[in-house]
Amino acid sequence: MVAAPQRRDHRCISDQLKSRPPRWEAPGPRWGPHGDYPGWRGRDRHHRGRGRLYRSREDRIIGGIAGGIAARLGRDVTVVRIVFVLFGLVSGFGVAVYFFAWLLLPVEGSTETIGSRALSDRQGMTIVLALVPALVIMLLVGSALHANFVSSWGLPLLISAAGLVLVFRNADDEERVRLDDSVKALLQLGSEPRQSRRSFLFRLGTGLVVFVLGVFVISDGALSRSWLRPLGGTLLMIAGTVVLLGPWWLRLALDLMHERQARIRAEERADMAARVHDSVLQTLALIQRSADQPQVVAKLARAQERELRSWLFEGRAPGSFGAEGAATLSAGVEQIEREVEAAHGVAVDAVTVGDAPLDDEMRALLAAGKEATVNAAKWSGASSVSIYVEVEAKRVSMFVRDRGAGFDTDAVAEDRKGIAESIRARMQRNGGTAVVRSVPGEGTEVELSLPRHAGRA
Amino acid sequence: MNATRVPRVFLVDDHHLFRAGVRSELGDAVEVVGEADEVPAAIELISERLPDVVLLDVHMPGGGGKAVIEAIKPIHPEVTFLALSVSDAPEDVIAVIRAGARGYVTKTISGPELIDAVLRVADGDAVFSPRLAGFVLDAFASMPPEFDLPGPLDPELDHLSPREREVLRLIARGYTYKEVARELTISIKTVESHVSAVLRKLQLSTRHQLTKWATERRLI
Repeated sequence: MVAAPQRRDHRCISDQLKSRPPRWEAPGPRWGPHGDYPGWRGRDRHHRGRGRLYRSREDRIIGGIAGGIAARLGRDVTVVRIVFVLFGLVSGFGVAVYFFAWLLLPVEGSTETIGSRALSDRQGMTIVLALVPALVIMLLVGSALHANFVSSWGLPLLISAAGLVLVFRNADDEERVRLDDSVKALLQLGSEPRQSRRSFLFRLGTGLVVFVLGVFVISDGALSRSWLRPLGGTLLMIAGTVVLLGPWWLRLALDLMHERQARIRAEERADMAARVHDSVLQTLALIQRSADQPQVVAKLARAQERELRSWLFEGRAPGSFGAEGAATLSAGVEQIEREVEAAHGVAVDAVTVGDAPLDDEMRALLAAGKEATVNAAKWSGASSVSIYVEVEAKRVSMFVRDRGAGFDTDAVAEDRKGIAESIRARMQRNGGTAVVRSVPGEGTEVELSLPRHAGRA
Repeated sequence: MNATRVPRVFLVDDHHLFRAGVRSELGDAVEVVGEADEVPAAIELISERLPDVVLLDVHMPGGGGKAVIEAIKPIHPEVTFLALSVSDAPEDVIAVIRAGARGYVTKTISGPELIDAVLRVADGDAVFSPRLAGFVLDAFASMPPEFDLPGPLDPELDHLSPREREVLRLIARGYTYKEVARELTISIKTVESHVSAVLRKLQLSTRHQLTKWATERRLI
């Protein structure tokens, strides 16, 4: 069968969607206009604020830790990031805490932590132990030189280095690839490979000189005003860091953005594919099966066209019809259009001018109009029925017209007369009128008219 | 145009299947002098072959039917355009009409009706589908003059006459021009001139709200 591979294809997509772990997200609308449709994009979301702490896959610059915490707390991820950076700058232990969290928290959708794997990584542990003498030497040198800076930063820096080693050695493949990329870029300080070696060295030199100058100004400034020393020194250090690492940060941020965009695109595609399968491909399969019944084919095609159109141009998800009752007259007319087409296989073309909210009288008008439309579809033999509705300040009119057999209005069979009478009675009960005009061989037109009361919107 | 001559028609649509379908539906009633599936090719071939009528898809990559009309109209004002669309979205329809198309029909139109529309456009008349008539009524009705935006208002252009309204209403109800003429006991020529007048108003009206209306209508 032709349909078989398509169906399998779809199952792949929906499986992917279902098997994807629940996703943590920063608060705030990210998905744009589609986020409003329940069941469209919201499938795996809104788990925020409960459950275990994870590392986020979505909001990840380094390890996804800030993203995970933000999701758990229901706060903005940027706030958490700033707290981490400040904490790290003040004592250096912020960085160490970050690496501990990286080791101890599982990435979202998994239960295994990098730390649990690191325990069995003997070589990695050896490297970490080898760092201890390095720490001791550093502290000794630092105290010999009376550099408090070194002794206060030495411990957290070494803990961080140890953490980085363990993370790097034991991360799963996906994370490793990301780390590899950023570390490689860091080693070239973010320079593009095709950039000349000279310009790279120039940048390296300038950055280092500016940075060292900054350190020098802080520790031993010859500046006359003492408060300028730390300020100027810090500024110079920051400038040096930016020259050195700026391109790397930029590249990291760009990569992150591209990755996120690609993922969003992939998800949208999957969503689209699932939807097209649900509606269009199913209908096409049905059409193939009933190729010998033109009436059925036309009916299916019309219904599908309507559904697709309302999805593409009005943003309504296929299959959502009828779930909500029509709230306006024009929506009610559309409903008649759809229902009669689906039930009787006759094309219905409706044109509405103006609109009004539905009240009981309007509903009565719609009910009478539907009866007239069904009538035309059933008895006229015409292949299409036109509906025209116009809302004016003082009245609402509805015309239902077919180019079918028509009948002699004076000499009607009892059953048809009954229908005309019921339409007429319905309109009269609501203060309106119904006129049936018909010419044998040319078709029938039913005109319904309903006055609108002053003061009603 | 000379009525005894078969109109020369050019097809522009990016769907090959649709062009083939239209070609076979038009049959011998017209002479198809060429077709194109994209905007630049269409502009080039139309200015080379100068057809009487261009059947134009509203939605195409590269600016759509509107871009074709805007490129051809200033150099060859004698070429007429009939827009074909599946979208029915008011802003698309209003946009091609305001660009200069002489009419608009949906792609689900039947073969004989399409031929009729092409002949009508070739004769210099306007073609209003029921839906387009509904749009126009809606657009002009939903804009009471006192709410108009600044700018000189030309009463000739910015209001429909009662007769024009009547004609449009019947067209929206699914009446053919012939049936409209009979219903109002006027000649078909008069119906045609009313419709052409409405088309002209639609194209030339300075009401900014026309476009705004079309955009808003889609959002509802």
